[in-house]
Amino acid sequence: MQVLDATQGRDILEELVEVIVDNRQYLSDVDGAIGDGDHGINMAKGFRLCGESVAGQSLSLSKALGTLATTLMGSIGGSMGPLYGSLFMGMAKSVKDKNVLDAKDFGDMLADGREALEQISDAKVGDKCLLDTLVPAIERYRDAVEGGDDFPHALQALRNGAQDGRDSTLDLEAKIGRAARLGERSRGHLDAGAVSCCLLLTRLADSTERRLEKAAA
Amino acid sequence: MQRIINDPDNVVDDAIKGYLRASPSLFVATDHPRVLKYPDSPSDKVGIVTGGGSGHEPAFLGYIGEGMCDAVAIGEIFSSPTADAFLEAFRAAPHEQGVACLYGNYAGDNMNVKMAKQMAEMEDIEVKTVIARDDVASAPATQRDKRRGVAGEVMMWKIGGAAAARGDSLDEVIRLAQKAVDACSSIGVGLSSCTIPANGKPNFSIEPGHMELGIGHHGEPGIEVAPLTSAEAIATAMCDPVLADQDFAGSEVAVLISGLGATPVMELNILYAHIAERLEDADIRVHRTDIGNYFTSLEMMGATLTLMKLDDELKPLLDAPARSLAITQC
Repeated sequence: MQVLDATQGRDILEELVEVIVDNRQYLSDVDGAIGDGDHGINMAKGFRLCGESVAGQSLSLSKALGTLATTLMGSIGGSMGPLYGSLFMGMAKSVKDKNVLDAKDFGDMLADGREALEQISDAKVGDKCLLDTLVPAIERYRDAVEGGDDFPHALQALRNGAQDGRDSTLDLEAKIGRAARLGERSRGHLDAGAVSCCLLLTRLADSTERRLEKAAA
Repeated sequence: MQRIINDPDNVVDDAIKGYLRASPSLFVATDHPRVLKYPDSPSDKVGIVTGGGSGHEPAFLGYIGEGMCDAVAIGEIFSSPTADAFLEAFRAAPHEQGVACLYGNYAGDNMNVKMAKQMAEMEDIEVKTVIARDDVASAPATQRDKRRGVAGEVMMWKIGGAAAARGDSLDEVIRLAQKAVDACSSIGVGLSSCTIPANGKPNFSIEPGHMELGIGHHGEPGIEVAPLTSAEAIATAMCDPVLADQDFAGSEVAVLISGLGATPVMELNILYAHIAERLEDADIRVHRTDIGNYFTSLEMMGATLTLMKLDDELKPLLDAPARSLAITQC
């Protein structure tokens, strides 16, 4: 059975930092259409700070995600600090004592992150927010694992779910956050949180898949 | 972008340095780089804390001082302060009699205050909140819980601050601050966009020759885009929804006209002349008028109008002495 080595968390974290920092302008542009245009700035600031604080350290996946959570909650504020902070803290707690993750553990980690996020926010799927990416991604992943798919195929389901979820926000009317004040006029634009969540989940899946391939080789 | 800045990512911290140097009698640093407190708050009164994103100066820090708020949590531009910052502000304010956290209805602020409040409970600091929802353009009166907070927050801080200064209990401070903001109806009009320095380009756009009625403090688009004609027409467009929101006729009111950052104060007075006429026609007596840059949005052109319905309870609190960067009166 294929498993992810959960002792090398910093490498995975650095990839997540990279994808957010690289997309700083893009995320702000997406946000600028219906929000206040600071999503990329704040996310990149928090992720960059986290990357700097863990440089050179050897961290488990749990420690790395926990550091990301506390950095985001303590440094970026806004809505995204508490939302992403809770998500990554829930994921960190989920894999606390694990040296390796199998496909089911990986799915549990995502589900525990979602649960932590939902404890601090009333946001729901359909509100035009990052949950529109997160929830279908997790569900497609879980369905794949339960249906007997192997780890890499389940990761592909995660990516597909995330991308479809992100795209679903295009036609949604925002129910939460600043864009909610736009009502109908929020349609026709992607939600910035859904976009950043898709970038993160896709990179997490890519990174995990590469590690599985390397372990298998 | 023509700005007086250093690194665009550090504008908030750079600005805090200036405030601390310029007004040491109003601001003192705390253990958190994004929290400032008023140095002379008596420890035996209810603490008043506020906070919010930067870019709205003099809000929020300009409202800490004597008879006003005691500590402030400062966020990135247009972005809520962290939960850590709100928690430190609760600690920095007088808190033996409890803390009233008075802030505006935005998703990020709600979440961060909620988390900070939970953390404060662990330290036996009692925190109660009032969330300003005075912007009539952001949701109908029947959905007041969805409205965002705008310049009515200034009235909330003034009333809450005065109540705490005279020794009112936490519950009483909360009741009065809530009453103050419930008595406020506000609306904004935007004539041009604003640029977050780290973003480098305008946040949204308003076509030349147009104005956006009901625009939010972060450029949240409003209820209507209309041709920009005269100050008189703008006054009418702003007064109509505000006067329809509450029954002001026959009452005494306080009027707050705030520029959004780039509108000359002269033009705010041109606007007010028409608003005052309109209020007179509607049988509304003006107890006091404040005109200036009280709650801004970087360099946005435009203004907000806030009307606050007064009674015998609110009036003396509004008129009570205060000393802060934004409001000083004896």
